[in-house]
Amino acid sequence: MTMLDVKDLTLHFKVKEGWVYAVEDVNITLEKGETLGLVGESGCGKTTLGYGISQLLPDNAHVKGGQVIFKGQDILTPSLKKDGTLKPYRQEIRELRWKEISMIFQGAMNAFNPVQKVGDQIIEAIRVHNKKMPRQEALARVEDLYKLIGIPRDRIDNYPHEYSGGMRQRAMIAMALVHNPSLIIADEPTTALDVIMQRRILSEIKKIQNEFHMAMIIITHDVSVVANVADKIAVMYAGRIMEYGNIKDVFKTSANPYTKALFGGFPSLKGPKKRIASIPGNPPSLVEPPSGCRFHPRCKYAKEICKTDRPPFVTLPTGQISLCHFAEQVQQGVMQ
Amino acid sequence: MINEPILNIRNLKKYYEIKQGLLAFRAEPIYVKAVDDVTFNINKGEIYGLVGESGCGKTTTGRCISRLEDPTEGSILFQDIDIAKIPKKELRGFRKNVQMIFQDPYESLNPRFTVFQAVADPLTVHARNQSAEERLDAVVKALNDAGLKNPQDLLERFPHELSGGQRQRVAIARALVVDPKFIVADEPVSMLDISIRAGVMNLMLDIKEKFKIAYLFVTHDVAIARYMSDNMGVMYLGNMVESAETDELINNATHPYTRALLAAVPIPDPDYEWVDVPIKGDIPSPINLPTGCRFHPRCVWAKEICKEKSPETIEVAEGHFVKCHFAEDMYGNEAPLPISEFKEQPPGEGAGDDEN
Repeated sequence: MTMLDVKDLTLHFKVKEGWVYAVEDVNITLEKGETLGLVGESGCGKTTLGYGISQLLPDNAHVKGGQVIFKGQDILTPSLKKDGTLKPYRQEIRELRWKEISMIFQGAMNAFNPVQKVGDQIIEAIRVHNKKMPRQEALARVEDLYKLIGIPRDRIDNYPHEYSGGMRQRAMIAMALVHNPSLIIADEPTTALDVIMQRRILSEIKKIQNEFHMAMIIITHDVSVVANVADKIAVMYAGRIMEYGNIKDVFKTSANPYTKALFGGFPSLKGPKKRIASIPGNPPSLVEPPSGCRFHPRCKYAKEICKTDRPPFVTLPTGQISLCHFAEQVQQGVMQ
Repeated sequence: MINEPILNIRNLKKYYEIKQGLLAFRAEPIYVKAVDDVTFNINKGEIYGLVGESGCGKTTTGRCISRLEDPTEGSILFQDIDIAKIPKKELRGFRKNVQMIFQDPYESLNPRFTVFQAVADPLTVHARNQSAEERLDAVVKALNDAGLKNPQDLLERFPHELSGGQRQRVAIARALVVDPKFIVADEPVSMLDISIRAGVMNLMLDIKEKFKIAYLFVTHDVAIARYMSDNMGVMYLGNMVESAETDELINNATHPYTRALLAAVPIPDPDYEWVDVPIKGDIPSPINLPTGCRFHPRCVWAKEICKEKSPETIEVAEGHFVKCHFAEDMYGNEAPLPISEFKEQPPGEGAGDDEN
């Protein structure tokens, strides 16, 4: 059974200026043990999508359509009020959250309460869902997890400021693992870390996933971070998924002008040194997104149709899905 | 002209004294050795990439060179003048030649200054006798050089009306407007979105070519340093552990730390197989530095001598300097010395844990 199936999810925010079209027509699926890299620039809606799945959205978020099916059950629709906002309290989703779907938040620096010991915060996360569990038992669980992620046992009684950045991120991972969740959503899990620590955390995440076979969504702006970790990749731009598929297909035989430009904009440590190409213009405002294809003002291949019509989801022979009127031509490199 | 240095940095040191509690006034002062004995040259019209992890002293080095910090010891020779020893009052003349670009254009531009005011501001100090027309021309030219289209339309805008990329270009224009010979750029692209980043990097390369301006390019991202620089240096805990011509350094990385750093850099290629990162433990506290070689607690090749004696800087090939006792054995070898006790050791248990 598919672990997670997000169908045509559309999420808008109501703001003073009107509507922010943050997430539109998003379709992703995830099987047990799979990792999806959700990649995009700041403000493209990737974090909103992640938070939408776990229903951690602010009051002004309106779900305009779509479903989030988790283990065969639509978990989103029952949580909605008539106008599409989330109900303030729904027991079922609270049961699910952290127990089945947990998160690793961006900036572990601030994700912990500074005046409470790290161990106590993790114990709290355990006992919220297991009210009858004795403290000793919960502590033993924390000790196991610390062993797993490689923090010495005696650090359980430290405060967050006594941890280094890498340790805090590890503790955050431990906290996400307390109930053996089926799905972990990791929002920029290594962004604030130095490369050596980043590699360690990614190795750790890979190792844990191999052991427990949970599904995982890694949200990041850095394509190179997920290149060796994820099985699938979804490239997001201005609220829409531009290309989605197996990571090798999307990397090697990209069928979307934005994906191509994004991958081409990275200098690499390996291979010949060549001039990287930049994308002209700026990411658009999501309050007034461009008509038609949202990438058309910056796309070097843009034609008349791109300005007027929203492109279809094109399934390529290689298997990935591209949101582009000319996906085949772009993939074959014959686009003028 | 080739390889003629514009800056000679010799034995640069910057120590910060740590203020302790009231009762500690009799105790020996404690120092953080942010930059400790760093020596390198920056050539005319070239980009020098300075890389390292957070806290290694790369930013402090840049700030000493632009005299935003006063060096504790050492010399920085710029056109036969020792920058490190210029009295504060006489810095103005020097600042005309050395400009700075900062990491965050959201913070480095005054929110109450229009683009014109921001870019013209250095001119009010360095070109006081300019007429209004001359000043306007200079500002428009600088904005043009910084790759901003239709600069006339931008002059009256405020920073919050600009995009991130435009803002950084305005910061670059502000540096260019006084016609500097040297620019210190501290992580100038790390706050920018990927689609914008390449444009700003290419702009900086074009400016280098066009105006023959030399840069110190400080970054934590080795791939960006490779793309930008002609020569580069790697810092670890205040020391320059390795420096060489950029391709030589990437292809023949010799110092154990450089090797670890390069091995850890993510490669945007799903077929790339991760190699082991030869390093253990965490970065030690800069207050309580390890004895001998500062890298020895984390080095998988460390020997007895590394604990006792700080290594000399050895020239292993022309212009390739390595601060390691075994630099000559390590140079050009895949895994030269037996890896003594290398195992995947989780941080926090390493000898260099940050609690000591």
